[in-house]
Amino acid sequence: MTVETAATKPLSISNIRDSIASGARSSSSFAEACFCQIDARDAQIHAYLSINRERALEQAMSMDGLAKKGEVLPVLAGVPIGIKDVLMVEGLQATAGSRILEGYRAPYTATAVKKLEAAGAIILGKLNCDEFAMGSSNENSAYGPVRNPHALDRVPGGSSGGSAAAVAAGMAVATLGTDTGGSIRQPASFCGVVGILPTYGRVSRYGLIAFASSLDRIGPFTANVRDAATVLGVIAGHDPLDATSSSQLVPDYTAEMDKGVAGLRLGVPSEYFAEGLDPKVRAAVERSIDQLRAAGAVIKPISLPHTHYAIPTYYIIATAEASANLARFDGVRYGFRAKDSDTLSAMYRRSRDGGFGPEVKRRIMLGTYALSAGYYDAYYKKAQQVRRLLAEDFLKAFAEVDAILTPTAPTPAFRLGEKADDPVSMYLADIYTVTASLAGICGLSVPCGKSREGLPIGLQILGKHFDEAMVLRVAQAVETLQQ
Amino acid sequence: MSDSPTVSVEDVRRVAGLANLELTADEEVRMLRDLNAILGHVSQLNELDTAEVLPMAQVSEVIGNSQLQEVLRSDETRPSLDRDRVMAGAPETNGAFFKVPKVIER
Repeated sequence: MTVETAATKPLSISNIRDSIASGARSSSSFAEACFCQIDARDAQIHAYLSINRERALEQAMSMDGLAKKGEVLPVLAGVPIGIKDVLMVEGLQATAGSRILEGYRAPYTATAVKKLEAAGAIILGKLNCDEFAMGSSNENSAYGPVRNPHALDRVPGGSSGGSAAAVAAGMAVATLGTDTGGSIRQPASFCGVVGILPTYGRVSRYGLIAFASSLDRIGPFTANVRDAATVLGVIAGHDPLDATSSSQLVPDYTAEMDKGVAGLRLGVPSEYFAEGLDPKVRAAVERSIDQLRAAGAVIKPISLPHTHYAIPTYYIIATAEASANLARFDGVRYGFRAKDSDTLSAMYRRSRDGGFGPEVKRRIMLGTYALSAGYYDAYYKKAQQVRRLLAEDFLKAFAEVDAILTPTAPTPAFRLGEKADDPVSMYLADIYTVTASLAGICGLSVPCGKSREGLPIGLQILGKHFDEAMVLRVAQAVETLQQ
Repeated sequence: MSDSPTVSVEDVRRVAGLANLELTADEEVRMLRDLNAILGHVSQLNELDTAEVLPMAQVSEVIGNSQLQEVLRSDETRPSLDRDRVMAGAPETNGAFFKVPKVIER
């Protein structure tokens, strides 16, 4: 299979808004352009699980109406956006990539999506993902895998594979994904787009189908850093409907992003450049670090000594929480119910057995085991203790540096099927991303080069809690220095 | 991976029962293999002495300063979801309640 180049040159959010405001192009024409691209490419890529042309074109026409009246357009006016299918949009299907929610239609809209719509965005449809966001390759979707737009024999990453692939293939200008252990950053890296993991609590999760509640976050994918900052600014902020959302003020994320990196202290942790890192990824990341140094950043070697323990810690905590969250899928209130069960308990078991895929069952089993009597202290409590050590590693590092630079993933996109039968090797694909998830800090992945075969490589930039502005500033420099 | 398996097939059945999952014989075999592989990897955590470390349940515990959030609201009636729309998503209802098979087993 030859490597293909990803679609047409993507549009930027400010271009779209300006050309609608000036009357140069209509909002509807931007939405139509995305639908054309979906028609042309998505039969192969399979990023969308459902599209809703009518609703999108209605929204676009109302933006065109505002423009005609000469009114000031909201910040995302006419921007075509796709939504990962774990987020609820009233009246649209919400499958979470699972058979157990096949045909389910959301009775209300997630706060993050409401904010996008209030800012003028056009919702194109719902995006494919690993079942209940559990996976690193998008091969766990009950509706079939997503393929990487840069190489159709390769995975787009996961779990937000559809969200990353849609932006990479020009089938949306921005998308929302979710990240529990790397599910935004890793697919962003594999697909050559920008993906942000906001600080825990920065974006409301009301209307998100929960996987692991102490880890789950919602964030944007875009083709460039500025657009990511713009979308984050729209979806961030306190929500009375989510008690874990922070009331910390939301700054203008675009205001300081062009200040450059001169004088900034950027940490490079040795643990992220050890065994297992693909030489092509290392070369691209090191070249980016050299460019930042040349631009005036002070590059400091640092250590995050507990990094090695992050994967086992993550897979205990995330699965324990998942086993509790997924107890609600029982065939009573929504989704699939196994037919002809004589008793309630048989109905529960048979509905769950028929509705959940293998990886979801594996994680429910692991989490239930870790929480069960006699094992709680050895697994769950132990993992929570190591979680604190991992978080403290970052707090100590951030006393000395403004941001941290690492590869996003140890390799470029791997082939479909390559890791499908080995859960441990699949889990290790998240080795550089789970640490920030456990610590609750913010970060992003920004493209920093390509392998010889043309596969994208991502640089991960990590920042302090609620310091998204710093992460975006460094990312903007990385993007600019490559041009 | 660890040399001696941590999980037995009886464990798999017991945990499947706790999780309300019904595994086929094939699924049991794979689950046994996978859980032992994963828990073998997890056993690395025992290299760390955590006797003096407090468990971390929530990110807010490490953000420090005055991050304690105001999460209580005044006790006033607010509109909730429309019952018809909620019931529309359920496999079986009588319009007011969810219907399920027989609860008491004999």
